[in-house]
Amino acid sequence: MEAPKYVWEGAIPLQIHLHESQVTTLPPPPPALILAPRIGYLPLLAPLIKPYFSSTLPPGVDTIWFDYNGLPLRWYIPTGVLFDLLCPEPERPWNITVHFRGYPGNVLIPCEGEDSVKWSFINSLKEAAYIMNGNCKNVMNMSQSDQLELWHSVMNGNLEAYQRVSSKLKLATVDDEYASLCLQKSQQSVIETDLPAQAKTGRVPVRLYVLSVSKDFDDLDEIPRVDSWEKISYINRPVEIRKEDKCFTLHDALKILLPELFLDESLMNVKLGGVDLEDAVRNSNEDVTSDKVVEDQGQNVCKQPEACRISSSAKIKLIRIQGIEPKLEIPFSWVANNLLNPDYFLHVCVCVKVAQ
Amino acid sequence: MFYIGMEPAKDFRIGAFAFAQKWESCNLAFPPWSWLPCPKHPWLAPPEEEGYLSLEKICISRPNEEEDIDQISQIDTGEEETCCSRNEDVLDDATLVQSNHHELHYCDFHIVYSSTFRVPVLYFRAYCSDGRPLPLDEIEKELPACASKELSKKWTFITQEIHN
Repeated sequence: MEAPKYVWEGAIPLQIHLHESQVTTLPPPPPALILAPRIGYLPLLAPLIKPYFSSTLPPGVDTIWFDYNGLPLRWYIPTGVLFDLLCPEPERPWNITVHFRGYPGNVLIPCEGEDSVKWSFINSLKEAAYIMNGNCKNVMNMSQSDQLELWHSVMNGNLEAYQRVSSKLKLATVDDEYASLCLQKSQQSVIETDLPAQAKTGRVPVRLYVLSVSKDFDDLDEIPRVDSWEKISYINRPVEIRKEDKCFTLHDALKILLPELFLDESLMNVKLGGVDLEDAVRNSNEDVTSDKVVEDQGQNVCKQPEACRISSSAKIKLIRIQGIEPKLEIPFSWVANNLLNPDYFLHVCVCVKVAQ
Repeated sequence: MFYIGMEPAKDFRIGAFAFAQKWESCNLAFPPWSWLPCPKHPWLAPPEEEGYLSLEKICISRPNEEEDIDQISQIDTGEEETCCSRNEDVLDDATLVQSNHHELHYCDFHIVYSSTFRVPVLYFRAYCSDGRPLPLDEIEKELPACASKELSKKWTFITQEIHN
């Protein structure tokens, strides 16, 4: 099965509890068990959830929102991303609490149902289009019916319908370097000119969510629960794939997004006016074939004062994309083309251990 | 006003400072913009070059702020002259007292550099004195009539989002 199919069929089993302040009947209603699509958004589950609890809700206007261990969940973040970020040790089913009253307007931006989610999705798509094509005319000029069809395909998890409409957008794909590099160099230029209609982009839309922990851990369940969004750094920045002889990997992409965590590496082999990343990787003690952990350099020989901003013991403990932990040396172009969300963004969750 | 060249962060900072200076000289009624560093991570000191402009807790409620609304329209429309010299809905004193007590509205403005669009972006958030966010139709009411007309053409839909 192709990777995008796996992504679209991915789902999180949820056990949804009604918040006690909204339970007006005895005995309290049992939790709702719902399979939520990874690529979907929590407020879209409202029609499935409401029937479970409607008889017990107090009177008033409904505005659905969710929390996990007291942390209000940002509704515009895809469900799968929320799970990967807040539940590093996967909890199955994922126990979250639903509310229909008391929307925390000081913590969450307003959500007025399906429409809000749809516009947020379209907005992200526009941003991704701008990053990949240099403009978002294709999204702006979508017909009403195409827009609706695209949105419904996301709501219903219908990949075929989605691909039908999204192909009309002619969004540039990321050049699949891996395929090119597998061929002989002399053939490479032929392949490039052989792909006429499909535009290629070097800019990949990425949304990076960084959870920082102060204590090192061996097991994921030792990671402390997130009680505030301030513990999460959100980095919305495109990654420019650099064309070089060697393959541009996920590791390279992370170096661009989180340069602070790789300063030690680059210091190992600083040349005048620039850093040769390849040499730095080769010379370092780092094990780049490790599945999960990027080891730090230990002693930080700090020759340049501005590079000493961080402690030397900051390290990436976990990287999750669509619930999987890719190897760092995986070609980033493959990741960008296959693990993206319907909004054409690559959502990456990272857990970083920092010294306090 | 902003030149985005090879070093966007540096250029944005230069442009932001120039804007803030111009603001101070043109808008004596308003407090100045502050440059705040962008805290990228909770565990890292933010680099000086990366930051954003902030102007917070500006009272935008109409009843008290006739002069200030004129100022806002001047900035928004640039070369246009102040077109709203007089509020159209002037409330009588009795109502004023009541609405002052309940409904002073404030607005925070942030000008942030977008690495996606490679331009500065203005973010604003309007709220009541108790911190409750203002819905869009309420915000529109606070705008001077001329600006409101312009924007009603463009605000067919507007999404809310958080910047980094």
